[in-house]
Amino acid sequence: MKGQTRPPVTQETLLTKVAFNVNGKGQELQLDPRTTLLDALREHLHLTGSKKGCDHGQCGACTVIVEGRRINSCLTLAVMQQGARITTIEGLGTPDKLHAMQAAFVKCDGYQCGYCTPGQICSAVAMLDEIKAGVPSHVTADLRAQPQLTAAELRERMSGNLCRCGAYSNMAEAITEVGRTA
Amino acid sequence: MKFDTPATTNPIDQLKVVGQPVDRIEGPLKTTGTARYAYERHDVAPNAAYGCVVGSAIAKGRIVAISLDAAKAARGVLAIVTAENAGKLGKGDLNTAKLLGGPEIQHYHQAIALVVAETFEQARAAAQLVQVKYERSAGAFDLAAVKDTGTKPKPGFGGPPDTAVGDFAGAFASAAVQFDATYTTPDQSHAMMEPHASTAKWDGDKLTVWTSNQMIAWSVGDMAKTLGIPKENVRLVSPYIGGGFGGKLFVRADVVLAALGARAAKRPVKVALQRPLIINNTTHRPATIQRIRLGAAKDGKISAIAHESWSGDLPEGSPETAVSQTRALYAGDHRMTAMRLVVLDLPEGNAMRAPGEASGMMALEIAMDEMAEKLGLDPIEFRIRNDTQVVPDNPAPPPGGSDPESKAKDEKAEKHNPHPPFSQRRLTECFRTGAERFGWSQRNAAPGKTRDGKWLVGTGVAAAFRNNLVMKSGARVRLDKHGTVTVETDMTDIGTGSYTIIAQTAAEMMGVPLNKVVVRLGDSNFPVSAGSGGQWGGNSSASGVYAACVKLREAVTQKLGFNAADVQFADGQVKSGGRTAPLAQAAGEGGLAAEDTIEFEGLDKKYQQSTFGAHFVEVGVHALTGEVRVRRMLAVCAAGRILNPKTARSQVIGAMTMGVGAALMEELAVDKRHGFFVNHDLAGYEVPVHADIPHQDVVFLDETDPISSPLKAKGVGELGICGIAAAVANAIYHATGVRVRDYPVTLDKLLDGLPSAG
Repeated sequence: MKGQTRPPVTQETLLTKVAFNVNGKGQELQLDPRTTLLDALREHLHLTGSKKGCDHGQCGACTVIVEGRRINSCLTLAVMQQGARITTIEGLGTPDKLHAMQAAFVKCDGYQCGYCTPGQICSAVAMLDEIKAGVPSHVTADLRAQPQLTAAELRERMSGNLCRCGAYSNMAEAITEVGRTA
Repeated sequence: MKFDTPATTNPIDQLKVVGQPVDRIEGPLKTTGTARYAYERHDVAPNAAYGCVVGSAIAKGRIVAISLDAAKAARGVLAIVTAENAGKLGKGDLNTAKLLGGPEIQHYHQAIALVVAETFEQARAAAQLVQVKYERSAGAFDLAAVKDTGTKPKPGFGGPPDTAVGDFAGAFASAAVQFDATYTTPDQSHAMMEPHASTAKWDGDKLTVWTSNQMIAWSVGDMAKTLGIPKENVRLVSPYIGGGFGGKLFVRADVVLAALGARAAKRPVKVALQRPLIINNTTHRPATIQRIRLGAAKDGKISAIAHESWSGDLPEGSPETAVSQTRALYAGDHRMTAMRLVVLDLPEGNAMRAPGEASGMMALEIAMDEMAEKLGLDPIEFRIRNDTQVVPDNPAPPPGGSDPESKAKDEKAEKHNPHPPFSQRRLTECFRTGAERFGWSQRNAAPGKTRDGKWLVGTGVAAAFRNNLVMKSGARVRLDKHGTVTVETDMTDIGTGSYTIIAQTAAEMMGVPLNKVVVRLGDSNFPVSAGSGGQWGGNSSASGVYAACVKLREAVTQKLGFNAADVQFADGQVKSGGRTAPLAQAAGEGGLAAEDTIEFEGLDKKYQQSTFGAHFVEVGVHALTGEVRVRRMLAVCAAGRILNPKTARSQVIGAMTMGVGAALMEELAVDKRHGFFVNHDLAGYEVPVHADIPHQDVVFLDETDPISSPLKAKGVGELGICGIAAAVANAIYHATGVRVRDYPVTLDKLLDGLPSAG
């Protein structure tokens, strides 16, 4: 680089373009490349249903579903999701038309303060699909057999989503109810 | 409305809506991510800039120099707030340490600067560029090492520091069976899921903050005091709170710095405390050392009981009042309690869910288990033999000041009763009901004798006990021409179910279905309520709504010209004599409104109001590794009328879950050289996860307590955490024969004592 003149850094040159699909709608954003997917959703698209509990992948409150798999959206940069299909809590249901998992959480009181709830629900929806797809977990005894939605499997697979209010017992009932009827 | 005589029959007793397990009315918002929390107010502050907090890198000392040049030059930076440029700041009445430190530093991660920038990424990057030179001074960080420097704290929420009844020393010395042990509980963190967060906006000299706070009126006062502005100029809005557990009782650095940042940047600013900062920047439940002595006759009757507790806090701080329950829970003619407070330079200790009892019961209820074993008694039977229907040790409140007003008040006060009766006390029934449901009679009392494959299986019990506090609480109720009832109060819902029980109360009182009630909470423009803390919120705030509804019913009755004596409100209609009118008709075009405040007088002094329960736990302890798994949990609670069995049950299971954390994993590790909590995030500070918690059973005894409030209800939000950790520890002892008196009960403390694997 010695002797060369660097091009001037402007606000625009610092931004990176990214396009992805959120809840069925195409989105194109100009973002600071340091922006996490979580902050792109919350601060740029104003989809504040995905929560920031820790910003370090420790709590699961930011869980969204990307290409059918649940991820911590605070642990991925938005620019890494070019072209991705993303589902957030807002894409699952609305207050007037709840997704089955949302309705079951309401019915079983699977939440209290509500802050971990969107992450729990996104996680639960994707987790049921993982079991269906035969993805094993730490507590799956037989890796060749189709995993079942047992209490142990459910609790193990949901353990990346913290709930400090302690609604776990009720969430387990809600998720089991949806899993059995799905 | 004054509440000074026991409640008689009132419209709540219909129980058409109150007492029903209805779903939370805000459930569809919370489950769809459309409930807006403090950092999510794009609707009211669309152009908010972002603040990032810089925390002190030392625990005690001074800032010698702070250089902001690099940070100021960073892209996007709009303003930097420090103690140097913030102007004169006061300190809130409820804060111990300053919320913006410098040059003096009082604790690690005390906020020392706020960097405000256009974007979050810019603020975060620029905050790294603030350069600080510190001068460290020596501090005290090790409770055990400085325990003997403890002094008597000022009487506060937990009563006087010392109490004594009879002759403890003599009775203990002559008791047939004696027990003396010391227990420790570690520092714990609230670790609520939503970080402390605020959005602040100035309009001239008027400030609005959208924040996450349990106590609106307290915090308006402390914001005004901190900023040196009139209270009238502060509006605080907190409709949704992502968990608090006592950590959001007070104004914290986020809201003060958001306000200062917004003033400096001349636009709205939002601040969420970064997760790794929260544990050392905010408050925590202080560690305790507790000594318990019990003396009893051979038949198990306690003659002597003593509970002493040591805890630490910053200068001017307060103690963990871990001895409180021991003054009221078990009989015994000779007794003493004592609390001592040492100065520690760790972050501020303060209330966390059931302050006092949660820690105190962790020790007392292991001691009761140990003593039962020593006496050769079943632990339930031992507790039942020492039941009491009056408070054994009720210290007199400290006299007021020497000014004429306090003197007159002291003279007017009823004669102090050293042994007031409990308004209700069904502890024995809780134990008996629980024993039956849990299958307690099947238990082999000998520890370490029950196996299930690789697992040593044990069961444990503990009492649950938490006082029922009542607090003045106001509400406004409006009726519109569509027959919709709108309740407004500055009460908060921190996950407790306030929205729902308030709606149920208004629906019952006004004779309308739940969907005709709108509840608006957490705004300082609304009447001042009890707020959320100390499990006083539900009962007190719903009683405030009851009072306002009584007034609204009067206004409706009058407007319709009906007879007040026989008026009935049901199914959206008002009936009296042979006449019926739709409720909406009374509202007319302009609507009707009523406001009132419930004030509790006398009954809370005349009677001891407490809530009771019995915890039953089964654990498996891995015979080779010492890993503990909780297998079954049951709580039987007696807590007055249960306003909503669904949300009340959730309060109890949530508290039981936090208690499992206290028993098995929660511990802030203290760096005793540098004075901070090492595991200061959600990875290092472990809390229970799904896999740690089995199905939980809760039973509420059918109870009403007319002494407590017009609703005949009591608090239930904290009862569940009191005693549960000891029940887990007792179950581990029963499984393994290893007694651990040093929480949390981690496997390293069990390994050496496990029965031989062969």
